[in-house]
Amino acid sequence: MLKKQRKRIELFDVVNTGLVVFITILFLYPLYFCVVASFSAPSEVMAGNTIFWFKGFNFESYKYALQQEQLWVGYRNTIIYTFLGTLYSLIMTIPTAYAMSKRDLPLRRGVMWLYLLTMYFGGGMIPTYFLIKNLGLLDNPLVMIVGTGCSAFHLIITRNYFTNSIPGDLYEAAEIDGANEWFCFSKIAMPLAKPIIAVVAVQCAVGKWNSYFNALLYIRSDEYKPLQLVLREMLITSKVSTGDVEILDPDMLAQIMERMLLAEGMQYAVIFIASAPLLIVFPFIQKYFVQGTLVGSVKG
Amino acid sequence: MKESRLHRTGRLIKKYWILYLMLLAPIAALIIFHYVPFYGILMAFQNFKPSLGVSGSQWVGFKHFETFINYPYFGRLIKNTLTLSLYALACFPMPIALAIMFNEIRSNRLKKTCQTILYLPHFVSTVVVCGMTLMFIKEEGGLINMIIEAFGGEAKEWISFPELFPLIYQSSGVWTSLGWGTILYTASLASLSQEHIEAARMDGASRMQIIRHIYIPHLKPIIIIQLILQLGGILSVGFEKAYLLQNPLNLSASSIISTYSYGVGLVGGEYSYAAAIGLFNNIISIIMVLTTNFISKKVSDERLGLI
Repeated sequence: MLKKQRKRIELFDVVNTGLVVFITILFLYPLYFCVVASFSAPSEVMAGNTIFWFKGFNFESYKYALQQEQLWVGYRNTIIYTFLGTLYSLIMTIPTAYAMSKRDLPLRRGVMWLYLLTMYFGGGMIPTYFLIKNLGLLDNPLVMIVGTGCSAFHLIITRNYFTNSIPGDLYEAAEIDGANEWFCFSKIAMPLAKPIIAVVAVQCAVGKWNSYFNALLYIRSDEYKPLQLVLREMLITSKVSTGDVEILDPDMLAQIMERMLLAEGMQYAVIFIASAPLLIVFPFIQKYFVQGTLVGSVKG
Repeated sequence: MKESRLHRTGRLIKKYWILYLMLLAPIAALIIFHYVPFYGILMAFQNFKPSLGVSGSQWVGFKHFETFINYPYFGRLIKNTLTLSLYALACFPMPIALAIMFNEIRSNRLKKTCQTILYLPHFVSTVVVCGMTLMFIKEEGGLINMIIEAFGGEAKEWISFPELFPLIYQSSGVWTSLGWGTILYTASLASLSQEHIEAARMDGASRMQIIRHIYIPHLKPIIIIQLILQLGGILSVGFEKAYLLQNPLNLSASSIISTYSYGVGLVGGEYSYAAAIGLFNNIISIIMVLTTNFISKKVSDERLGLI
């Protein structure tokens, strides 16, 4: 290793490192721009004066965002959905994976196939919609939490962890001492499986935090909407009406312009408010994701 | 004496009865939420009325499938879906190249920092990514347009140009997934033996030669698997991003099978027709996945099936 570091720097290194740094800055820039824009005066943002640094530094956009009650309702809902949804997924995944790790469990292959098939085939959007409707879960916050709960992918990586990382002797020893399967699961396997439980939990949580499709299909009331659905309304479907500008007097026009600018600045603030929690926490939990991705790629 | 099969099964069930108890709730949830909606396959062959249910609705055979295939824009839907997939396919080598570039960075700290930063966009939600995309390319005050104007160009509402839609769609896709896509390749490169590379260097191999003759062959099995997986999903372009970036002006490029099915089904109320489209798409996807799975078995002796 030492020898490698002492090696002289070649042109290759300069070009390569330069290119990677350039790509990194280029990819970070959109996020940087949003942060800068959110703390700058909207009129300066619109005029293109905030490309490199803050201009007219202020918190107006955040103040305006704070007044958007729906944003906070969405935030609260998403926190609840993420927490309970992740818990639900773990309850559905971990015991199943443990059972699937028992090679001699009768019916094991059948159950495994039941899960694996979900990767290839589903009923589809419309029938699922009617199922949810018939279950009385339409526009019901529960729909954001319950579901199959266990994805084939998470089942496989957790099962593989149980099979590969926990020595079978451990169970045998416990059985000789008269332990039953529940003891083996809760007192031996679970404590040893903490790393994989963390991987699954973190992945589920991020998935729940960022998902909007189910809410789009099943949630109607504002009070139950998760953050992403609220964001969609604020960032994408929001249209500031300017259709009848001609007939308005100049005062009104100025007012409308101002409100448009505020809404503009608020969008950047909203992006920051919505993404910051994950992006700030991410570097600290990065290893769980990297592990999860790698564990998943190892075939069972 | 060898214990009979039945006897053995009985003994195992007795031993594992707690496990079956633990499986009860997850399997019930799986069956209810995943397998019950399979009756939708029947819906596709009916004139489904929610008030009548599947048992009471009228059977119409393959009518909806015929309607879909004869739909004037059927070709356009397929073309749009394939176009988005092909753009994604064109970007397939990017994470491989980046992983190799990461691998060649000498400073570990710089490497880790760049990796962490490039992983970040993966955690920005689809809604925010699409929101940002639209904000950056909009006519007034959009970042991209400001840059274009600075270079003397003309600002336009780029999202409304159908011919640019796949490019916009894929650019935001590259932004979110380029860094994240390197993980697998980076991990594989880390397992390369240093002695092997050192030996090549001793023999006077240049860095590019080492990349070409050692790195690439080493990554080949993973590349093949990843490529095949991506080919398998070529007709299953996700609903979310296309739907979010869609507007009436770019519909001729942004309307794909999944968004069309959502539109006629849940928005338009033609449930059976939408279910038929879903089934059609599903069957093609399965054929694609199974075919590619089969090919991958032949090519590299690696199985995608995970049982």
